[in-house]
Amino acid sequence: MIGLTHYLVISAALFSLGIMGVLTRKNAVNVLMGVELILNSANINLVAFSRFAAGNLSGHVFAVFIIMIAAAEVAVALAIVLSMYRIVRSVELDRADRLKG
Amino acid sequence: MDSNLIAQAIFYLFAAMTVASAAVVVLARNLVHSAFALLFTFFGVAGLYVFLGADFLAATQMVIYVGGILILLLFGVMLTHKIYNVELRATTFQFVPGLALTLALFVLLVAVMLGTTWFAGTPRPLEPTTAEIGGLFLKDYILPFEVASVFLLIALIGAAMIVRRRPR
Repeated sequence: MIGLTHYLVISAALFSLGIMGVLTRKNAVNVLMGVELILNSANINLVAFSRFAAGNLSGHVFAVFIIMIAAAEVAVALAIVLSMYRIVRSVELDRADRLKG
Repeated sequence: MDSNLIAQAIFYLFAAMTVASAAVVVLARNLVHSAFALLFTFFGVAGLYVFLGADFLAATQMVIYVGGILILLLFGVMLTHKIYNVELRATTFQFVPGLALTLALFVLLVAVMLGTTWFAGTPRPLEPTTAEIGGLFLKDYILPFEVASVFLLIALIGAAMIVRRRPR
């Protein structure tokens, strides 16, 4: 039978892949995709615990808040990426070194 | 019993689709391939929500992630690359240390998750959740709910302010 640990393992895999995307990618949009994977893995955990352990729907409410924050984060982050592209003509993160002494 | 087996098969299908397409997101050489693999990841997570009895969240996932965030990310890809000039290669750096760290993290997380005895209540029966979520939003979580609306407004204004061309 499918239990809590199945969901926890899936979410651990998603989280690790997201961390890997954040760590190894140079492109800012690709790093954002990694962040989305991490947020999704957190959501799976919240909903799984809400079903199997808590017995109420508070986890769902927090998941809705996370989805909302993810949407706002992507909007602002893409605004920053576009702004950066306009200034340095690139979205590779190691090109954003204007502040380097 | 037989339908139980079919349900398990579908669960593993969704799980495999989620994790495999997440791997494609991280490993693909082409940015557009990454973005489209992300579509399947979000879809798989929505399927897992259905298995968890979270009908409202599954619909929200489809509408906001697939309909909103993914389109925004695709806009980001398209606006920052010349589409016809094939510059969509995604470069990686420090791939091997990143992979090693990721595997170590995954093993650690799975070890902790399997080693802990979680508090196990009785699972909720599979029934509609929308009314209860609405009640929670308007009773227990009314303050975060209102703060969230202000937060969204701030994000909207902030995004517009950041991309605005400044008058010289």
